[in-house]
This record gives sequence, C-alpha cells and structure tokens, in this order.
Amino acid sequence: MIKKEMIAMLLAGGQGSRLGILTSKMAKPAVSFGGKYRIIDFPLSNCVNSGVDTVGVLTQYMPLRLNTHIGIGIPWDLDKNVGGVTVLPPYEKMEGTEWYTGTANAIYQNMAFMEQYNPDYVLILSGDHIYKMDYEAMLDFHKENGAECTIAVMPVPMEEAKRFGIMITDENRKITDFEEKPEHPRSNLASMGIYIFNWKTLKEALIVNAKQPSLDFGKHIIPYCHNQGAPLYAYEFNGYWKDVGTLTSYWEANMELIDIVPEFNLYEEYWKIYTNMSALPPEYFGPESDAERTIVGGGSEIYGKVYNSVIGCNCTIGEGTVIRDSIIMNGSVIGKNCRMEKVIMAEDAVVGDGCAFGEGEEVPNETDPSIYREGLVVIGDHAVIPNGISTGKNVLIAGNISAEDVPGGRLESGKTLVKEGD
Amino acid sequence: MRAIGIILAGGNSNRMRELSQRRAVAALPVAGSFFSIDFALSNMECSRIQKVAVLTQYNSRSLNDHLSSSKWWNFGRKQGGLYQYTPSYTNENNSWYRGTADAMAQNLSFLKEAHEPYVVIASGDCVYKMDYNKVLEYHIDKGADITVVCKDMPEDFNVERYGTIETDEDGRITEFVEKPLVVKYNTISCGIYVVRRRLLIELLEQAASEGRYDFVQDILIRYKDMKRIYGYKLETYWSNIASVEDYFRTNMDFLKPEVRNYFFHEFPEVHTKASDQPPAKFNVGVSMKNSLVASGCIVNGSVENSILFKHVYVGNNTIIRNSIIMNDAYIGDNAYIENAIVESGDTIQANAYYPGDDGIRIILEKSERYNMQ
Repeated sequence: MIKKEMIAMLLAGGQGSRLGILTSKMAKPAVSFGGKYRIIDFPLSNCVNSGVDTVGVLTQYMPLRLNTHIGIGIPWDLDKNVGGVTVLPPYEKMEGTEWYTGTANAIYQNMAFMEQYNPDYVLILSGDHIYKMDYEAMLDFHKENGAECTIAVMPVPMEEAKRFGIMITDENRKITDFEEKPEHPRSNLASMGIYIFNWKTLKEALIVNAKQPSLDFGKHIIPYCHNQGAPLYAYEFNGYWKDVGTLTSYWEANMELIDIVPEFNLYEEYWKIYTNMSALPPEYFGPESDAERTIVGGGSEIYGKVYNSVIGCNCTIGEGTVIRDSIIMNGSVIGKNCRMEKVIMAEDAVVGDGCAFGEGEEVPNETDPSIYREGLVVIGDHAVIPNGISTGKNVLIAGNISAEDVPGGRLESGKTLVKEGD
Repeated sequence: MRAIGIILAGGNSNRMRELSQRRAVAALPVAGSFFSIDFALSNMECSRIQKVAVLTQYNSRSLNDHLSSSKWWNFGRKQGGLYQYTPSYTNENNSWYRGTADAMAQNLSFLKEAHEPYVVIASGDCVYKMDYNKVLEYHIDKGADITVVCKDMPEDFNVERYGTIETDEDGRITEFVEKPLVVKYNTISCGIYVVRRRLLIELLEQAASEGRYDFVQDILIRYKDMKRIYGYKLETYWSNIASVEDYFRTNMDFLKPEVRNYFFHEFPEVHTKASDQPPAKFNVGVSMKNSLVASGCIVNGSVENSILFKHVYVGNNTIIRNSIIMNDAYIGDNAYIENAIVESGDTIQANAYYPGDDGIRIILEKSERYNMQ
C-alpha cells in the first residue's frame, strides 16, 4: 500500500508579470537566480532537505522551461519509484474543462493525484520566493498544536504590513483572525503563502468550495476553515525570505549574494540547494581579467572585468569589457570593450563589441515605468545586439536587433525596443 | 548494442608520488571539476555502450564514492549498468588481480553472460574524448582480431614509459615494444582496445591456464604474429596521467582555449558526479589571471596560471602561482604557493610560504581547521 505522511503541492503556474520581459517566455519559477539556480530550486531543495519526497508541481503559464528543468527530478533526488516529482498541467475533462483559475482551484483539480498517496498532511508551496526552510519543523509544530491548518508567517515591519495578508494570533500562535492587505494592520505577521493542511480538512474544504470562481487559499479556503472552527495556527519563520516578484527586488536579491557573508548563504554544507546543472566545468579567467565582489557560474569564460555582479554559467565576457552591478544569465555572450552598468541580461543573449548600457539620464520607461525602473537596463533572452550600441537607463531591449533599428546607435534613457519574431 | 565495456582502473603508480597515497589514479580529480575516470565513462556513455565493468583493486574505496550512483553517466538501466569489480575471494580464486589480463580473467562471467559481440577495453587514467564506435567500425573493416588505439607522439615526447608500436601500410601492427629501452617508434598505445568478446574469453582462458597475467605482454605481444592486431590512430587530444609531471601538465593544458573548448563546450559533454556546489565567489582584493576556478570556491587573494578545484578557499593577500589546488583545500591568509600541487582537503595555515624553486612539489598538510565559511 502506498502511504506518504506529507506530500507537497508546488504552485508554479503563475506568470509573475512584474518581472517584465524575464517572464515573457517562461513562468516565474523558471527564472534564473544566483548564477546557476532557478527560483523553483529553492522550494524543491527545501522539500528534499525536509524529507518531503513527493512533490506535485502545478504548471500552467509557459511551462516548457520548467518541464525541461525539472525533468524526472534527478538533481533533487526526486526520481523515485513511488512519489518523486510530478508535473501537473491543467487537463481536458469530460465536462467543464478549465484552466487553473486560482491557487486552490489548481489543487482541487489534482485531487486524484493527492489521493493516490494517501497522505496525512499536504504542504502547499509557491515557486516565487528565495528562502531555506525546514518544512519538517513546521510539520512538528502543526502536530504539536493539533492544528488542522498551519500557515507560515513572517514578522514584517508594521508600516509594510498593509501589503500582506496579516494573521492575528493569540499567545499560543493560534490564529484568531486575519485580514488581507489591511489599511490599519493589527499584527505584523505576514502570511508567506506556505500552508500545511490535514488532508481531510483540505479535501473537505476544496469539495465544499469547488464551485467558487477563482478558488483561492487566502480568500476562500482559509476563511472557510476558520469559519468551520478548525484550529488554525501561525508558524513563525525568522530566516531569510525574499520575494523576487519585481525586477528591482529580483536585482536586489541577486546582489545580496555577493556580500562577504551574505544573509542568504549558498555555501552552507548542511542545507544544499540543488539545481539541474550537474556537469559544469570550471570557469576560466583570462590574462587581463578581473573579478571583485562577484559570483560566477561554471563554464564561463571571463576575459573582461567584472565588479559587484552575478554571472551565470557558460557565459563569455570579452576582453576590455567592464561589467558593474549587473546580472548576466546563463549562456550569454558579451563582446569586447563593452561597458555595462545595472544590466539584467537574460539567458542566451548576445551583445556585440563596443556596446555601452546604462549610461545617461534617469528618465522613466516609456512603456512600463513601474517595471523597468531604478536605472535598470534589461536585455531579453536570446536578444542579439550588434556592435557599438549604447543605451541610457530604464531601458528594455529585446529581440534580434540590427543596426538600422537603433538610429545613431543610441537608445536614450526610458526607451523600449522590442523586436518581435525570431 | 554491439559492445560491452571494461575500464581498467586498478592501477597504482609510484610515479604519482604522494598523490597515490589516498586514491587510485582513476580517482584523481582532473581539470577542476572532473575525475580521471569520468573521461572513459563519458566516452562509453556517448558511444552508447550500456554495460560497463570497472575493474579496481588499489585503493578501490577511493572510487566507490564517485561511482556510488551510476546515473550521472546514464548507466543503471534495465538494459545494462555499471559494475564495479574488485578481486573476489571464492573457492576457485584467492588472489589479487596479478595483472590486467588476470583482472579480466577473474571476471570472465561478466564477459560470458553478455550477448554483445564486442568488447571495448579502456583505462581509467586517460584524458580524452572518443567515440569507440569509430574504432569498432575500423576493427570490422580491417577484419582485425584485436584493434589497439594508438597515437603518434611528437619527437620530444618521452615514450619510454609507454608501449610503442610500428604498423605496416594497412595499419597492422608489426612491432609492439613495451617500455622500450631503445626508442625506435614514436607511436604509442593509448591503452584502448577493441576485441571480439569470444576471442577475448578464449585468449584470457588460455593465458590464465599458462599462468600469464598481463594483457599487453601475454596477449598483445605474444599473439602479435598469430592474430591480426591493428592500430587505430587517434588524432585528437589524449593524455595519460602516469606521473606527477603528466598530471600537472594535463591539468595545465586546460588553460589553453582550444583544449577547454574541446572538452568543456563541444559535443559530447564529459559527465561527472554532481557535487551541487554554489557558483564560485570572488571577494574584494581578488586578482585572477589565466586561471580556472571550479564551483564552490571562495577567493580572496591572487591567483595566476593556476587551477582551483571544487570548493577551495583562498585567504586574503594569498598568492597562488602555477599551481593546482585540489578539492576542498583551505589556504589561509598571506600564504604564498608556487609550482605546487596542494592535496585535497589540505589546510594551509596563514603565512605559509612555498616558493617554487625546484620542480613541482606536492604539499600535504593537515592543520586544524575550524570553519570553511
């Protein structure tokens, strides 16, 4: 008989539109992070490190990158005879075929998947955050308190509390009330979107609320459980937990990795982060190269100078090029004598010789000022940029660019140049 | 599939000096991220050979960890697998492997139970990429009994430690001199052989019954005129790790872009056990010149013409020149290291001074260490 004490359901279907061009071709959990990782590596590694060996990954938006990354789960030891990782896309039904219309709806549509493992507990995760967390400790807390649902919470500064779902608890961390993005928060414990449910409780709540449009955990399932009188507890988490939902927070989280002893330390032996990049060769530094306050992924060839930056795997950086405060993702190629400042260069993009990015006035971006801001220059994945192009700040540039697309070879601050097609 | 594979990884070499104290040569880390046996294993994999036996003897434990899972090379299948054979004490046998032929003869069941018609024999201490199917095709074309992969070495290459070969115009081997005193040919055997499985069984049984144990002496050289033994010329990069000098040179070859490109970026990839180290990190005051750095390193000092293997820590103001720093070494602040190989797991204390005056030195140090971070 198959029996798993706790299985995890990882919500990875969202677009994460505030990451702009980075999520134009892949779901947010598949976006690269920290040189060699992808965002989903963090919850997946937390699962195996916590002893959770059965994970359903719910995909919907642009799943190809996620699918190829996860494969059969080898990097996370999730290639198992019973359990392991299973990718769960929406599927056609005899009647009422629908997309995943909400977080809880996605889980509801995969009831049969969960049922086959006969679990006692179900852990609900999202693939949006950078953190290390022991879900087993959370489960212990859940059991000790006889909870039916435990919500991981994190103390946030009171003035920021109004951006989150806030849990109000008694002295035993039992949840007495909660409020979504309150104007006047009564507590600073923000929900992290990580839940442990008793399987019976979850199943009943999902079935009863099945007809609810856009069935959501925070809006429908948790309130339902609370109203039914189920004991709900808040599990306080005090470690590093970073939302990388916007380009600026994404850039900041990457930059935090290059501190001498970063708050979020990838170098700890006892809580490794695993990713699908197993056979990486070492990286090479050329005779005229330089690297300070930088992390570099394997297989890269660095001939230029790199400062305060995060460089991915298998990148090439040409001679005389100087890169500062930038994120260069896997497989990117940068020519000679370029200057780059505060650039986010997505995967497999190519930049010619003698280019300069991020030099100019601070002007808001013309198309998406709320996304491309704080001086960042974003280069889309597989972009090709010819020799001698220079840009200002808050610029988005993507697609196969030719010299004619950039009159005078200069793209002023705030401009967006996206060429569609190949 | 037409062939099964045997990797001879039993050897120890006293020319490896202190480096062989801890491990078999096949378990030596190479080129920052790999082990020497990875090359033969990856070649087997990309030649679509699915059943591979690794014959180990000397310090076989050093290989066990690396081969603890065969999935990194895509073995471990229903149709095939990776088998590690150390000498096994039975009613019929109570001896170590007394030579390469004996090692195979003691594992005849592996050969007998296979159904593939051919066997590819390779050694676990060479750095090269090769599609063994090409040798197999050549072997069949020539109607050979045994095919030996060989390579023309440059004039200045010292072939005295290798088997040297002369072939006729057709490629048939006419002379085979092992470790020649007087060098007549500069074509050497690469230790890679293709042979029909049934013939190999026959030859091994014959040798065993005569108390002969060495594949080169007692089979290749002894049967040179009786069997059709052909040489297949390897034109691409090949290097054998047989001495400290070879080991040093082979690693340093990876500082050349063409070698790096060939092994790291061209198809097929060389596979190795995943180590899940984070990207290497370079702090303030770092200088990197013409060097390779593997994952998991944290660098605070200056590194020039050197290779840092996985998970190496280099302290502040430390200078490393023309050196190889093997896995998990910790080098304290203000140290100076030149022309050296630092053994894996070493802890070099702050202010240590190792000038590179005469040749390559091997640094073995076991100092107390508190914390890597």
